Amino acid sequence: MSAVTPTGLQIDRVSKELGGRTVVSDLELEVRAGELTCLLGPSGCGKTTTLRMIGGFLNADRGRILIDGADVSGLSPDRRPTAMVFQNYALWPHMTVYKNVAFGLKLRKLSKREIQERVEHILELVGLTHHVHSYPARISGGEQQRVALARALVLEPKVLLLDEPLSNLDAKLRVRVREEIREIQQRIGITTVFVTHDQDEALSISDRVAVMSGGKVEQYADARGLYREPATAFVAGFVGAMNFYPGTVVSGGVEIEGGVVVPCDDLSTTESGEWDIAVRPEDVTVSVEGDGAVADVVREVPRGHYKELVLRAGPNEIRAFVGPELPTGEHVRVAFARALLYRDGALHRTRSPALT
Amino acid sequence: MSAVESAGVVLGNEEQADLPVAHPSRPRRGPRSIAGRVLGTIVGLALLTFMVGPLLWLALRAFSQSWHYPDLLPSQWTLHWWRSVFADQTLGHSIRLSFEFAPIVTVASAVICLPAAYAFSRYRFPGRRVLLVSLFATNAFPKIGLYISMAGLFYSLHLMATFIGVVIVQMIGTIVFMTWIPSAAFSAVPRSLEEAARDVGAGPLRVFMRVTFPLAAPGILVAMILSFLASFDESQGTFLVGVPNYVTMPTEMYSLVLNYPEQAAAVFSILLALPSVVLMTLARKHIMGGRLAEGFQLR
Repeated sequence: MSAVTPTGLQIDRVSKELGGRTVVSDLELEVRAGELTCLLGPSGCGKTTTLRMIGGFLNADRGRILIDGADVSGLSPDRRPTAMVFQNYALWPHMTVYKNVAFGLKLRKLSKREIQERVEHILELVGLTHHVHSYPARISGGEQQRVALARALVLEPKVLLLDEPLSNLDAKLRVRVREEIREIQQRIGITTVFVTHDQDEALSISDRVAVMSGGKVEQYADARGLYREPATAFVAGFVGAMNFYPGTVVSGGVEIEGGVVVPCDDLSTTESGEWDIAVRPEDVTVSVEGDGAVADVVREVPRGHYKELVLRAGPNEIRAFVGPELPTGEHVRVAFARALLYRDGALHRTRSPALT
Repeated sequence: MSAVESAGVVLGNEEQADLPVAHPSRPRRGPRSIAGRVLGTIVGLALLTFMVGPLLWLALRAFSQSWHYPDLLPSQWTLHWWRSVFADQTLGHSIRLSFEFAPIVTVASAVICLPAAYAFSRYRFPGRRVLLVSLFATNAFPKIGLYISMAGLFYSLHLMATFIGVVIVQMIGTIVFMTWIPSAAFSAVPRSLEEAARDVGAGPLRVFMRVTFPLAAPGILVAMILSFLASFDESQGTFLVGVPNYVTMPTEMYSLVLNYPEQAAAVFSILLALPSVVLMTLARKHIMGGRLAEGFQLR
């Protein structure tokens, strides 16, 4: 955590109360220079509040925020080396695209020539040279988004903040624009914090994702670690699809409600007692004959390159992702290829925690 | 004429909507539809007569030498009344006074009310709603009662028959426009636009000057026009406080009706109505755009 010359962004035990409710509590987060970190969580988890505290729109009640080692906690937004892309873009409707982007440079009293060069360069970077003199209302949502990005980037901030920047775009455009953002971010190597409630978005563009809940970081890991080894039951349930069963570990498998024993080879412990057993749908092995617990097929949902089966084993519902070619009858056999064990919301690990 | 046409069209549409749709693609020209159009036209014309008729009469009157029943038009035309009004010392003075008071009152209420409007829009403070509603209280009951009690106060403060006294009494009528409408205009500026300006390095004052104010300007303009007209047309309070030193145009109307020929009064009325017509025409775009209605919503 404490490097010799800290670069990037450090959030040091920051708390914030709003309207008598603790929105962010003792939050710690470190974003390395040039890294893109997503704050992911359900609404009300404190991710936007955290972002607004980094940008200076809210002041932390306790704790410090450091950028390249310098404490910026007491500074107002206009004095912080951060730039924000707002959820609704917040472009000034009475200024052209050029003036929107140039405004911050004008405040810095740069020469007209230099302003023009920098604005043109950044508009080229985001691919908007044909809309230099258009008003924001005359261009599309995706283009407005890029103007907002250009307006933030042109100031060469140390930290770029994005507040759900894609939530106003339609699904197709969202994927394209997020790739563009990632591409630009990597090209100029800017430290970036990206707030989203869309896990797909978070997993596909970030170096690391901080999953937040109740004002705290539940887990801070890269996409693979987050998916393979969710540190808490909350993360396990929030990121990706997951089957959850209360149950016990028995020899060769797990026993879940109704005395159903499902075979499983990959368990981190044989410790007895009640566990919350979590199984990804793709880790559910379904076969027509062979070993495994007997289950009834309740529903079959075609998903294109795979299909989702909703199964019932005793009182338990099991969701499984299987290949489209698997022939299914009314009864199948079910085994778990991999199951995660949680107690009091925390993952039981035997292996060294990978990639956290 | 467009008012008549549109009234007719609206009635015609309502008529059609009530009927069972037999051939939706073919426009109906049934007897009831025609009756609706005729009725609409009649209603429209009647409205027009009541609204424009008196003004027309006033305009004709101002140029007439003699006009006797049952003649439809004056028998002799003249510019005499116009000349005599402009030549008259008292009347000329009152015209000048009116054009002095109205801008001063408008600017003074803008200076006082715009910060208040901004505060009402951007901050939540105790008593905010009560204060906002109480601005309406001045308009809630007959103003003459308010003016009488103000007169009592003004006597003891030596404000009777003074310039500042008249400005204050006229502002009673303008503060509600100057607070409510700009307040709504400020509220209509999304906060994120201001935050974005802070974010790129602008201080609070510059944010206001470069973002908030330009975006709220149309609403503020409407408020200023309404204030100007309210001040320009104010007669009761001005009469009570200003007489005898400050007699503005609407106040002069009282004595004009009694002491001058009615043609002179007609000329004067037209002069009095002129700024309203000019300003309303200029501001039509904004007022039609719903900014006026927007201004009177309690948030």
